[in-house]
Amino acid sequence: MYPSRFRYEAPRSLEEAIRLLHEGGDEAKIMAGGQSLVPLMKLRFASPELIVDINNVPGLDYHRADPDGTLRVGALCRHADLERSDLLKQAQPTMAAAAPLIADPLVRNRGTLVGSLCHADPQGDWASVVVALGGSVVARGPGGRRAIPAAEFVTGPFENALAHDEIAVEAVIPAPVGTRSGGYLKLERRVGDFATVGVAVALETSDGSVTRAGIALTGVGGSTIAATQAAAALMGGPLTPESIERAAEAAAEAAQPRSDHRGSAEYKRHMVRTFVVRLLSRDGASVGKAA
Amino acid sequence: MTALDEIKIGGLGASRKRVEDSRFIRGRGNYTDDIVLPGMLHMEILRSPLAHARIVSIDTSKAWQIPGVHLVLTGEMMATRNLAWMPTLSYDTQAVLATDKVRFQGQEVACVIADDPYIAKDACEAIEVEYEPLPVIVNPEQALAEAAPIIRDDKTGTTSNVIFNWEVGDAAGTESAFARADKISRLRLHYPRSHPSPIECCGSIADFNRATSKLTVYMTTQAPHIIRAAVALVAELPEHMIRIVSPDIGGGFGNKVPVYPGYVCSILASILLERPVKWIEDKTGNLISTGFARDIYLDGELALREDGKILAVRMHVDSDHGAFFSDAQPSKFKIGLLHSTFACYDVPVGHITARGTYTNKAPGGVAYRCSFRVTEAMFFQERMIHQAAIDLGMDAAEFRRINLVPDDAFPYRTPFGFLTDSGQYGKCLDVGLKAIGYEDFRKQQAQAKANGRLLGLGISTMTEPLGAGNSREYDILGIKMFDSAELKIHMTGKALLRTGSKSQGQGHETTWAQIVAHELGIPAEDVVVEEGDTDTAPFGMGTYASRSTPVAGAAVAMVSRKIRAKARKLAAHLLEVSEEDLEWELGRFYVRGAADRGVTITECALAAYTNMPDGMEPGLENTAYYDPPNLTWPFAVYIVTVEVDPATGVWDVLNMVAVDDCGVRINPMIVEGQIMGGLTEAYAMANMQFITFDAEGNCVGANYMDYLLPTAWETPGYELHSEVVTPSPHHPIGAKGIGECAAVGGPAAFVNAVMDAITDTGVRNIDMPLLPDRVWEAITKRRDVSGAPPVRTD
Ligand SMILES: Cc1cc2nc3c(=O)[nH]c(=O)nc-3n(C[C@H](O)[C@H](O)[C@H](O)COP(=O)(O)OP(=O)(O)OC[C@H]3O[C@@H](n4cnc5c(N)ncnc54)[C@H](O)[C@@H]3O)c2cc1C
Repeated sequence: MYPSRFRYEAPRSLEEAIRLLHEGGDEAKIMAGGQSLVPLMKLRFASPELIVDINNVPGLDYHRADPDGTLRVGALCRHADLERSDLLKQAQPTMAAAAPLIADPLVRNRGTLVGSLCHADPQGDWASVVVALGGSVVARGPGGRRAIPAAEFVTGPFENALAHDEIAVEAVIPAPVGTRSGGYLKLERRVGDFATVGVAVALETSDGSVTRAGIALTGVGGSTIAATQAAAALMGGPLTPESIERAAEAAAEAAQPRSDHRGSAEYKRHMVRTFVVRLLSRDGASVGKAA
Repeated sequence: MTALDEIKIGGLGASRKRVEDSRFIRGRGNYTDDIVLPGMLHMEILRSPLAHARIVSIDTSKAWQIPGVHLVLTGEMMATRNLAWMPTLSYDTQAVLATDKVRFQGQEVACVIADDPYIAKDACEAIEVEYEPLPVIVNPEQALAEAAPIIRDDKTGTTSNVIFNWEVGDAAGTESAFARADKISRLRLHYPRSHPSPIECCGSIADFNRATSKLTVYMTTQAPHIIRAAVALVAELPEHMIRIVSPDIGGGFGNKVPVYPGYVCSILASILLERPVKWIEDKTGNLISTGFARDIYLDGELALREDGKILAVRMHVDSDHGAFFSDAQPSKFKIGLLHSTFACYDVPVGHITARGTYTNKAPGGVAYRCSFRVTEAMFFQERMIHQAAIDLGMDAAEFRRINLVPDDAFPYRTPFGFLTDSGQYGKCLDVGLKAIGYEDFRKQQAQAKANGRLLGLGISTMTEPLGAGNSREYDILGIKMFDSAELKIHMTGKALLRTGSKSQGQGHETTWAQIVAHELGIPAEDVVVEEGDTDTAPFGMGTYASRSTPVAGAAVAMVSRKIRAKARKLAAHLLEVSEEDLEWELGRFYVRGAADRGVTITECALAAYTNMPDGMEPGLENTAYYDPPNLTWPFAVYIVTVEVDPATGVWDVLNMVAVDDCGVRINPMIVEGQIMGGLTEAYAMANMQFITFDAEGNCVGANYMDYLLPTAWETPGYELHSEVVTPSPHHPIGAKGIGECAAVGGPAAFVNAVMDAITDTGVRNIDMPLLPDRVWEAITKRRDVSGAPPVRTD
C-alpha cells in the first residue's frame, strides 16, 4: 500500500499551520492522529498534495473542565486520554461509555476526538456523542475563531463545515444545568469494528424531570443522525415506560439504515429501538425493566 | 550408568519452548520482504476493478514515460512468450495476465517494474484500460441458469459453466435404504467463502543471474519443491538451474500452496531485466485474488431408523470455484476428500454427487487449515447430525453415541471407501460431556428458558483424514505425495536435519529435533533443523493438509533409525562385540548382560569419522523418503455452550471444551497451541468471517475492516483435554497430526450451540457467519436464514 507523493510539513504553531493550509488551498490536509487519513492515503482514496501535521503544535492535547463545568477537548487529545480520564468518568457518562468502544487500543493511542469529528464518518462514534450532548467545535482560521454547533459541523458523509484554511482547535461540551446521565451503546462485530449501529443518549434531569435530552445515531444513515423528535419525546417529565417507548420509536423512525453485509435495514432499525430502550431503562431509576 | 531422561533432552512428550520463537517475537525473523538484494527492482500489479468484462484496449504508454519505470508487462506481452496462461494444480488453466477478458474483480491485468514500489504504483495508475462490462455471475445458481454467459469462453467448445460432475458411493443401495427409513432428515446450507488470510501476504523476489544462468526465487511458498517443478515446466527453465528458497513464512493456512501470477511475472521480469525483482502483495490483493476456501452448498439427507440408527447418507453439493479451477488439491477426487464425511459414524451406505461451477469470483479453492474439503465434509456431517437428532426427538449426545464407530471395529471401512485406522470415540465423548457438565447444563438451560433466556449447547464429533498421503491416492501433477528427511550427525554428536516440509509457524524447528532426540538420544538442542531451500533440502511436498507430522515427521523417525542402524555397527566395532549382542537404550548401546559396557551415540558419531571398521564408509549421514501406508485419523470432540440475546441476536460463548485424540503428542505445548489457534479460526468462521460479493461481483471483505479476524478480546477461553491417546497403528511414533482438527471440527460446535438455543423456533439452519442480524431474523421470523444470495444492498 503506497500513497501518492505528498509534501509534509510539521509546523510548531497554529499560526504557521493555518498559513500552510491557506497557501495549500484545497489540496492541503491537516493530520492529527492519522488514523483515518493515513489509511485513506494508503488506499489512494485520498491523495492530498500537502500534509500539515499538527502533532508538533504545543498545547492542544488537553481535555479540561471550565469552572462552570464546560468541557473542552483539544485537537490533540487522544481517544486513549479520554478512555482513561477520571474527569469523564465523574461528569460525562455518555463520553465515558463511548471512549472504550472506539476502534481498538492501538488506534485509540493515536486517534483524536476532534479528528474524528472533522473526518465526519457516518460510522464515527464521537460525532453522535457530541451531537447528543449539544456540543460544538471551535475553528480557527486566518479570520479568527468561530464556534460551530456539532449538529451543523457535520454537513454530510465525510464532509464538515470548515473552510479549507480552518483548523478545528477544540470540541466544547456545554455545562449541564441539571443532573447529567446517559450512555452509549454500539453493536460491533468484533473489537476495532466500526458500528453496525450506535446510539448516544445524553440527559439532564432536575427534580426527576427531564430538562435536556439528546439522542444521536451512528452508522444508520449517510451521516450522524440527530434524533431530535426522539429526544423531544422525553422532555418535560420523568422517564416512563411510555416516554421511553415513544423515544425509541421516534429514534427508529429517524434512522435511515441500508441493508448491507452488516445486517438488514430492518434489523438496524430494530437495534436503534432496542438500544434507546436499554440506555434509558438502565438510566432512569424510576423505570422498571423495559428492555 | 542411568538412562537419559527423555523429557530433559527434549524428546517425545517434552513441552519445550519453540526455538524459532526467540527470533519471531524479537522481530528478527527473515521473511521474504526482509530480503534486499543489490540492484533490486519492485513490481506492482494492476488489478481489474470489474468482475467480468471484455478488455477493449490497454494503453501503457503513459506508464512507460514515468521516470524510474523499467518494464510494463501486459497479457499480450506474456502471450508472445506463451506465458499469458498457466496450468493449475487441478488440471485447468488460469490467466497470468488477462488478455481477452477479466473474469473476477482483482484479476491481474498488467504489472509495472520500477525503482521503487511508489513509482510502480504511480505507473499502474497511469495505465489506461478500456473495459466493456459483461453480465456477472456470483453463485452457482446464476452460473447454471439457462441463459448464463459462458465465463470460460477462452476454452474452445465450452458450452456451460459446469467444471465437473462427480459422484461417489452406492446410489442404488442408498436409495433402497432411504425407502426403508422411518424418518428422513434434510438440511440445506451454505458454507460461505472464507480466506486463509495469513498475516504475511504472498510475495517473491526473482533473481536471474545471467552469468551463471541460475534463477533463484525467494518466495512465500508452503511447497518449494513443487514450485521448482512448476517453474521448470511453466517457464521452461532447466530444473537444476532453479533454486527456490522459502524463508520464514508468516502464516500459510493453505493460501501459500498455489502458484500465483505475481510469482510468474516477477520471474519473467527478472529474466528480461537481468535484475532481482521483488513483488510483495498488499492485504487487499491477498484477500481479493489469492486462494480462498469453501464456498459450497449442501443438500443433505439422512435415512434414520426410529431407534436412532443412521441407515444411509445422501448429499449433493454445488461448489463455487471462481473463474479458474485452481483448487490446490492433490487427491484423485474432484471435490477433494469431501467423501471422508461421516467417517466417524457407522453408516452402512451413502451416495454423494458434486457439481463444480465457474463464477466471476477469485479462483483457487484452497484447503484453509484442512485437508482438501475436509472442513466442509465435517461441518456438513455435524450439522446434519445435530438436525437429525432434533428430527428424531433424541438427545444430541445420545444420538451420536448410538452411531459412533465402536472401538473394536478398526480398521474401519467408511461408506465411501476410506479406512480409518484407530480411535476411542465413545471415551472421548464421555470426557467431553463430563467436562462441560452436560446433565447440569441441560437443567440450567430449561430453567433459563422459563425466564425467557436462551442457552444452547452444541457438540461436534469428528475424525478426519490427515497426512496426504499415500501415493495410491494422492499426487500433485503426477508427483507422489511422500516426504523426506536428511540427517547429518557431525563428529561431535551435533546434528543437522533437513526435511521436505516447510514450517509456516507450526514449529518444525522444535518438533523435528524432538523426534531425533527420541530416536537417537541426541538432545533436541543439539539438532538444528533447516527447511525450504531446494538446493539443500531433500525433495518433499511441503506443508499443508496436516501432513508434516504424519509424513515428514515419520521420515524424520525413519532416517534417525537408519542412523541408529549404522551407529550400532560402529558401537559393535568400538566394544568389540557383535551387533546382535548390543542393546539400545536412549542415547546409548550397551553389551547385553553387561550394562556398564557401552558407548553413547556421540561416541559412535566420533568413530564414524575417526575410527570406523575396515570396509565401512565413513560418515554418519542418511536420507529417508516416507510414503505412508494410510492416512492418519485423529478424533475430536468439541462442545460449546452459548447464551443468545433474543432481542439483539448477539450470542456469547459461555464455555468451550475440546477433547483431542491425536495419538502420541510430540510437543504437548505446540499441540495445544495448534488446537487453540484452530478453535479461534473456527469461532471466526461461525461468528464473523466471510468473503461475500454484491450483485456486480464486487468483493465485500477486501480489507481487515470487512474481513474480520478475531482478536484476543472476543476470542473465548478453551478447556483442552488430552487424556485420550490412541496411537496411530502405522505411524512410526504413533502420531496422527493436529494442525487442523480444531478448525475443521470447531465451526459446527458453535453453530449447533446457537441452533440448540433457538430449537423452539423450528428454524433448521442459519448460514455462517451467525451474525447477530441473522440470528435475530431467525428468531423473529421463524425461518431459515441463508447467506447465499449476493449481499443485499438497498
Ligand atoms: C482500525 C481502525 C478502527 C477504527 N474504528 C473506529 C471506531 O470504531 N469508531 C470510530 O469512531 N472511529 C474509528 N476509527 C477512526 C479513528 O477514531 C480515527 O482516529 C478518527 O476518525 C480520526 O481521528 P484522527 O485524529 O486520527 O484524524 P486524522 O486521521 O489525522 O484526520 C482525519 C480527517 O480529519 C481532518 N482533521 C483531523 N484533525 C483536524 C483538525 N484539528 N482540524 C481540521 N481537520 C482535521 C484530517 O484532515 C482528515 O481529513 C478507526 C480507525 C482505524 C484505523
